[in-house]
Amino acid sequence: MTALDILVPLDIAAPQLEYRLLAPLIIVLAGACLGVIVEALTKRGPRHSAQVVLTGITLVAAVASLARNWHIGSFTIGSLGSVALDGPAYFTWAALLVFGLMTVMLFAERRVTAGHSTFTAMGSAVPGSPLEREAEAARSEHTEVYPLLLFSLFGMMLFAAANDLLTMFVALEIFSLPLYLLTGLARRRRLLSQEAALKYFLLGALSSAMFLYGTALLYGYAGSFTLRSIDAAIAENGGSDKLLLAGMALVFIGLLFKIGAVPFHSWTPDVYTGAPTPVTGFMSICTKFAAVLAFMRVAYVGLGAVRWDWQPLVAAIAVLTMAVGAIIGLTQTDVKRMLAYSSIAHAGFLLVAITGAVAAGNGLRTGQISSTGAVLFYLSAYGLSTLGAFGLLSMIRKAGGESTALSSWAGVGRSHPMIGALMTFFLLSFAGIPLTAGFVGKLVAFTTAWRGGYAWLVALAILFSLVTAFFYIRFVVVMFFREAQDPDVEVASASWVTWLVVIVGALGTLVFGVWPQPLLDLAQQASNFLR
Amino acid sequence: MAKAMVLLTVVLVPIVLLAEWDIDEDEGRWGGHAYFALALILEAFSLLVFMADDALLFYLVFEATLIPTYFMIGGWGGARRGQAALKFLLYSLAGGLVMLLGIIGLGANSAAGATPSFLMNDLAALHLDGSIGRWLWLAFFIAFAIKAPMVPLHTWLPDTAEQATPGTSTLLVGVLDKIGTFGMIRFCLQMFPEASKWATPVVLVLALVSIFYGALMALGERHLLRLISYTSISHFGFMVLGIFAFTTPSMNGTLFYMLNHGFSTAALFLVVGFIIKRRGSADIASMGGVQKYAPVAAGLFLTAGMSTLSLPGTGSFISEFMVMSGTWQRHHWLAGISALGTVLAALYVLLAYQRTMTGPAAAEVEAHFADNDLTGREKLVMVPLIALILGLGFLPKPMLQVTENTVKDTMSVIGMTDPAPVVKGEK
Repeated sequence: MTALDILVPLDIAAPQLEYRLLAPLIIVLAGACLGVIVEALTKRGPRHSAQVVLTGITLVAAVASLARNWHIGSFTIGSLGSVALDGPAYFTWAALLVFGLMTVMLFAERRVTAGHSTFTAMGSAVPGSPLEREAEAARSEHTEVYPLLLFSLFGMMLFAAANDLLTMFVALEIFSLPLYLLTGLARRRRLLSQEAALKYFLLGALSSAMFLYGTALLYGYAGSFTLRSIDAAIAENGGSDKLLLAGMALVFIGLLFKIGAVPFHSWTPDVYTGAPTPVTGFMSICTKFAAVLAFMRVAYVGLGAVRWDWQPLVAAIAVLTMAVGAIIGLTQTDVKRMLAYSSIAHAGFLLVAITGAVAAGNGLRTGQISSTGAVLFYLSAYGLSTLGAFGLLSMIRKAGGESTALSSWAGVGRSHPMIGALMTFFLLSFAGIPLTAGFVGKLVAFTTAWRGGYAWLVALAILFSLVTAFFYIRFVVVMFFREAQDPDVEVASASWVTWLVVIVGALGTLVFGVWPQPLLDLAQQASNFLR
Repeated sequence: MAKAMVLLTVVLVPIVLLAEWDIDEDEGRWGGHAYFALALILEAFSLLVFMADDALLFYLVFEATLIPTYFMIGGWGGARRGQAALKFLLYSLAGGLVMLLGIIGLGANSAAGATPSFLMNDLAALHLDGSIGRWLWLAFFIAFAIKAPMVPLHTWLPDTAEQATPGTSTLLVGVLDKIGTFGMIRFCLQMFPEASKWATPVVLVLALVSIFYGALMALGERHLLRLISYTSISHFGFMVLGIFAFTTPSMNGTLFYMLNHGFSTAALFLVVGFIIKRRGSADIASMGGVQKYAPVAAGLFLTAGMSTLSLPGTGSFISEFMVMSGTWQRHHWLAGISALGTVLAALYVLLAYQRTMTGPAAAEVEAHFADNDLTGREKLVMVPLIALILGLGFLPKPMLQVTENTVKDTMSVIGMTDPAPVVKGEK
């Protein structure tokens, strides 16, 4: 190649983008950008309402355009091979948008907090400083949280659909950065919140670096970032290349960090505790949803041919994850931390299903559900219960702030039977008791793992389900069979937005527990990754 | 079999509701209406368990029965009922989750042969033999052994019965625990005949241990409700013995036993509950001489006790006799040893009666029981139970015919026939 060649203008064709199919993504991104403009241009009075309305409209519009695309059945790999617009991606987008909408409602709750939001008045002020007090007195607030949420959702949607590792990395950063910010914005216990944000950021940066390094190694192996080329390269070169195995391990570490699997889980309890409760709810389901999907896409599409290499590895991580989540969860006395460990355990149960790797053409018969379908159902069920539970969590308060100590819940079942009963229902769903969606999720997840030849893993998963059931049931005991001890604890009456989230969560958990077939069918139809 | 269990459930629940009519006087956590609602929810789920023809549905409602039971135990009864409820739930959840493993395994294996199905008939046609069948058998058996408390998985029952109200205990032992023996026949025997035969020696020994352990613990027990729960453990030992002896009389006897045990334990729990309510204590030492002041209560206690020790003329006698004679056909020694259990049964019932009802009455007993015999409602509770105990004792035939077909089916599935009678001395 001579110098002249480079000077000759390269013949780069304008990329063909499928605007109609990408519309849900574009709408969310546009809504987020618009939110930034609204933030700058509107007066403080109507700003909050404007942001809520704008975010709501954005999400509903995205759902509408997604529903249209999905209905027509236009599946393709678009954007020059970097975004897979397939069934799993559509299902995840729909779930993310719905859960995002529920989170927006939790963000908008102002009644339990006596008129202000759960976010700090001024994030940049030093905690406890005069500046902060001034900002609080002036009742200023961060309405940027709504555009931040949309940016994060956009990143997650792209993450779930990314079909090449570089796009995946960019998406990972897009959804992580707003989350770091949101974590640090709690109104109460701000130092804890800021510490959590810093921890999350540092560990997140480390995991991103590992992901990127793994991407580089896989590029070195396959000569391309796209999952399809990696798959083709494995078919051509065989799967025992050091570059491939090292790259695979590093990429998996980056993804498992976001899923919250052991040993990459250490951020989860601190971040869940420190972050404002609605943000915790958002992270615990939406981040997990997108990350699990990305993990499955890499594992099944890109590295499906070396299944035998990663299955034992993921099985081992699943066992570790379930064990740590279940056993350390037993000792927790703080409800948010307990739910954090519970989410780690659930990540383990998901990994059990992923390990099975049963798909069409790989031991799947008609009428059965594939691993991907099972995971999609599990995540949907888990998300409904999780958001409902976090909605209820914000209602128990002490000295103007949220009280997440387990002892604060003593006697709530008696004084507020509605809250107690709904919380019990969500906990039973987490524990996987029949007639809840959580049970059906566990059933299909474990069944696929068994069919994939991992019966021993299912036996362990059931053992750890029992251990997790213990701390869920202990929570129920505290609510119903123990007298209230702390007179300062009060149960604030939430406004309709929070209640709507709780009711939707409870109804979804019940309906998909009693009548799961429609959602199972949908998840199964949507479970084929495009290659 | 399912018919008999449905009958048991629909008879016992109204009786329990009538017995607990005054539950509002207790210091319950919630009002009496909640207790009634929970009892009815429990009835609905229990009926579904017995009627289910689909393994997954069976599992769903099997687990769902735990929730109303949990709140019934935790809501009403003794001071430490919260702990008792937790212990009950953890034991049952452990069993339930182990069974989930079996259900998943069954589902996965049913898919390997044909289209996936959870219908029990399809599953029974799978003939899962070998190690997979044995593992799945074990998963189901552990779940059912916890439910029909078999030593060593029984410890939840005495603790629960001590704290729960007598009505709750009646439903628990009378109806819910029957799911255990019911499931052993429906799942363990009918779906894994090969594995059932393989495990028979161990199960029979465990059943024998249960019979004697329960009886001996009952002999030494000072708390009346715990005593009754230990007698039940002993009786469940007999039922399991009858199931795994694999003869027509023993199995039919077990099915009949499940019914009779329900009625006689209900009678015992409820009448003892009435007595304890008057005395304000369940300690045997706190009573004595009660029959002088409350002859009706004492007489009903004795009648229920007679049914518990399987006196001829009560339904329990017929069933226990059938179990033992059926077991004799195959295992002479086991039948002989188990017969000693009935001697112990006479001891623990009569000693308990003697210590509480006869003898000189202390001042407190007089204060609590004088002019305080059973009320009309309480008598009304006992009438149908005593009538059923005696009725089935004298006229067992119609009920035995109901359960006969199940036994025939099960025997043919296992591929066992009754041993032909051997006449000694004939060539």
